[in-house]
Amino acid sequence: MSFLREISPLVKNTFLSERDVLSICAAQIAAEIQQDERKNYNEVLDLSSGDLHRGGIKSITFVRQVLAACFYPALLEDDSLPLDVKQRADGLLRQCDGGSVGSYTDSCGIVKIKQCVSKFITRRDGGVPSSPDNIFITSGSQMLMLKLLVQSGGSCRTGVLIPVPTYATFTQALEDQGAAIIPYHLCEEQGWTLQVEELRRALHAGRRTCNPVALYICNPGNPTGIIQSRKSIEEVIRFAAEERLFLLADEVYQSCVYGEDTEFESYKKVLSEMGSTIASTVELASFNSASKGFMGECGLRGGYVELVNLDPAVKEYTRTLFSTRSSPPVGGQIALDLMTDPPKPGDPSFLTFSEVEVFGEIPGISCQPLKAGFFVFPCLHLPLRAIKWAKKKQMEPDMLYCLHLLEETGLHVRPGCEFGQRKDSYHFRFDTMEDALQRLKTFHKQFMKEFS
Amino acid sequence: MYRLQLLAARSLIAGALDQFTPLTLTSSLTGVRHKSQGPSVEKYGQMRFSTAEAKVSAGRLDGKMREKSLTMDTLNPQVKAVEYAVRGPIVIKAVEIERCLEEGGTKPFSEVIKANIGDAHAMGQQPITFLRQVVALCTFPELMNSPSFPEDAKWRARRILQGCGGYSLGSYSASQGIEYIRKDIAAFIEQRDGVPSNWENIYLTTGASDGIMTILRLLVSGKDSSRTGVMIPIPQYPLYSAAISEMDAVQVNYYLDEDNCWALDINELYRAYQAAKQHCQPRVICIINPGNPTGQVQSKKCIEEVLHFAYEENLFVMSDEVYQDNVYAPDCQFHSFKKVLYEMGPEYFNSVELASFHSTSKGYTGECGFRGGYMEVINMDPEVKVQLVKLLSVRLCPPLAGQAAMDVIVNPPQPDEPSFKQFHQEKSSVLGALAEKAKLTEQILNAVPGIKCNPVQGAMYAFPRIFIPPKAVEEAKALGMQPDMLYCLRLLEEKGICVVPGSGFGQKDGTYHFRMTILPSTEKLKVLLGKVRDFHISFLKEYSALE
Repeated sequence: MSFLREISPLVKNTFLSERDVLSICAAQIAAEIQQDERKNYNEVLDLSSGDLHRGGIKSITFVRQVLAACFYPALLEDDSLPLDVKQRADGLLRQCDGGSVGSYTDSCGIVKIKQCVSKFITRRDGGVPSSPDNIFITSGSQMLMLKLLVQSGGSCRTGVLIPVPTYATFTQALEDQGAAIIPYHLCEEQGWTLQVEELRRALHAGRRTCNPVALYICNPGNPTGIIQSRKSIEEVIRFAAEERLFLLADEVYQSCVYGEDTEFESYKKVLSEMGSTIASTVELASFNSASKGFMGECGLRGGYVELVNLDPAVKEYTRTLFSTRSSPPVGGQIALDLMTDPPKPGDPSFLTFSEVEVFGEIPGISCQPLKAGFFVFPCLHLPLRAIKWAKKKQMEPDMLYCLHLLEETGLHVRPGCEFGQRKDSYHFRFDTMEDALQRLKTFHKQFMKEFS
Repeated sequence: MYRLQLLAARSLIAGALDQFTPLTLTSSLTGVRHKSQGPSVEKYGQMRFSTAEAKVSAGRLDGKMREKSLTMDTLNPQVKAVEYAVRGPIVIKAVEIERCLEEGGTKPFSEVIKANIGDAHAMGQQPITFLRQVVALCTFPELMNSPSFPEDAKWRARRILQGCGGYSLGSYSASQGIEYIRKDIAAFIEQRDGVPSNWENIYLTTGASDGIMTILRLLVSGKDSSRTGVMIPIPQYPLYSAAISEMDAVQVNYYLDEDNCWALDINELYRAYQAAKQHCQPRVICIINPGNPTGQVQSKKCIEEVLHFAYEENLFVMSDEVYQDNVYAPDCQFHSFKKVLYEMGPEYFNSVELASFHSTSKGYTGECGFRGGYMEVINMDPEVKVQLVKLLSVRLCPPLAGQAAMDVIVNPPQPDEPSFKQFHQEKSSVLGALAEKAKLTEQILNAVPGIKCNPVQGAMYAFPRIFIPPKAVEEAKALGMQPDMLYCLRLLEEKGICVVPGSGFGQKDGTYHFRMTILPSTEKLKVLLGKVRDFHISFLKEYSALE
């Protein structure tokens, strides 16, 4: 028997999730469809991750043309590619050592691309200065930032405040790092808003068992689909200032905002307008990614973090830490360049959709309106019989719902238990695509009938 | 002596850091002490003092400068200890000098030749056309309609895209990688070794480094005297020491035998193991074959001895084989650890836990920027495998472009395919040039008095031993730095050559080395080697004259 059974306790703590079960089922069903086994639907619709391309959205031609030309510069001589594509690709290749995307780059990212990102940030924030020195390009995840903050050894565990609900990969990353998770509940009845009293309660509770150092916010929210109001952002910043917390602002959905009256304001912008004391002292890391937004290029693995008010000595160590990971994937860096400096005029930086009342007419489901991002987090009002049945099967009721949904309609979504929710409340995370909505409506009626 | 004091006083190393406010850092590995600088102003302020719209909360915040929550004191101590010489202080200095030259400054040379990092394209090596064609087709599938792309490239691109969600390289893949590619890798391994390979043991990774770090994370546990010890060769590629430091594992050094062409001596393994058992629990042994920085290619016998040792002592074997396509010495051959294990019989093959790593960054493709790689893990406990997948899933998936590149490497054009001729030509040309440069480097360095270089049997580096006169050693110690760091700094300042001091890789006490790559073009390499020779001779003269 392998000694590896006494495996690192940190790694062991990550549990076998519902996500795995649903993924396995979805794969099985997809295989069955391949073998022509009859179902009510032709394909599994995978809405389980924020992956636009998997869900059927097409990539943006300009982006793919520039990337292709960078990968295969012979295309620069090709007549079929438009001039602006060639110019862009040529410019990017000049930033690469040896003129090749196969070279390593600076560990924190190509300098010109970081400059592009910081210009984008300044434009976005209406002129608030941003330095390329504070931009660190990553291969998409937030893990390196967590490494700086979280001490996995030591007598007192590092605590990180995170919202409930929150997407499971992040929770897992925190656990892997050895952090203690301090949940604060968002208020569903008031549109999933963040209440400072709840933050305070969570922090005080957390202080009894660990050493809270950071406060994580996701705005626009995943899975909730809401945008934080400016007032709420100010409250959070003030709270972080008072309690000496490091702010982690996950803003990857910032360019998907819907409705004329909704506006995204970055934590950095609001921070800069809160008076010199707070503006110059509250430490903030804000994340963005090429995986979301209008490009949806998840597979390229490109993201960045902007560090605000970081201790200079610590910033230096951040660079050293990044150097041990050599450099971020060049394809992802190029995607960031294109995302932060899209062709003008032309592709919109913001997708504009009118507000959709997704679940107005479905009895048994209530849902906060979608303001931003890809997802909504509807609340299921399940009949007692369904709940009992689920308990009998030893699974969460919303998990049962999602399994049935997958089997009957081919919709692969994620149950609320994965994200965290108040006791005895049930949700699921859903992507508001037309086809998916139709399948859901039909299924839900059937399900409610069956279990009433 | 005076000049060096001046250099040190100007905080030669800290020069890279002088944008920042005062700091004192001690680098334990290279022994460099940074002098504190005066306060400097941040060029780009994040501070914006617009008229406050929100009221500042009364009480604690009034007037007082809030202390930062993340400082050197509160920083994760494991991060603090991490170092990586390949991109370390000397490279920072080289970049500074380059910038100075660009802005019209004068130096005793017109360009800095960077021979510090295993980045082939940066030094002018051309990408393999076929690989880039396949990746371009995957990226922009409309190109499938173009007559300027060969059929065999299109066929491969179509196959890769079929494995992608929404037929797009922009989708996340499964965290283990695209299934088709995993199968292709298994087929490649079977063909290479003549040994069966199960695709479910194959995991695509973000460069080999990602796989190496993930496996180490699984293996590091325990406390105090039962803390995991990781056996690594000295000299080593400093990713290993950095990872061990970050994970707070125990580094267990086993010294390669320089007098014997950097061979691995099994008695040295035993010695290191026994010594380590006193204070930790050795659980892992890492081998790099072909070696980095040493370039040695392990003999089959040697690999057997290591595997037998691992079998006896119940060690997990990590075999870093990223340079498997870089073998130059005609009397050397690459044997994969897995193949040798298989040939040792079922008792070994079915029990020794082995992870083997490969990458798109080296070989003849040199695609570092793609971040492609894979690992094959055999005999891992099934429950642990589940944990492995969990760990991998936190970073979602490796970059799709890297996965595609890896697929082309394991599935290159066959003799009966249209792209074969050009592909074979390009591959031979790259490998032939590398072999030539390996020989050239060894020859020229060995002709310099005071430098001894072992044959560069494989990989991409030379790791010559340099004689540093006692006076120079003393001076370095007085300046608080390693003697070979002093040497390399002088080499950089006087000749514009950037190499990495041996202290960054580890070496026997009292010996000094530097690592250089053999990647610059042959002409540039000759220039580089000539300058090294000139420098070394004058360096010896200078310090012998001081006797």
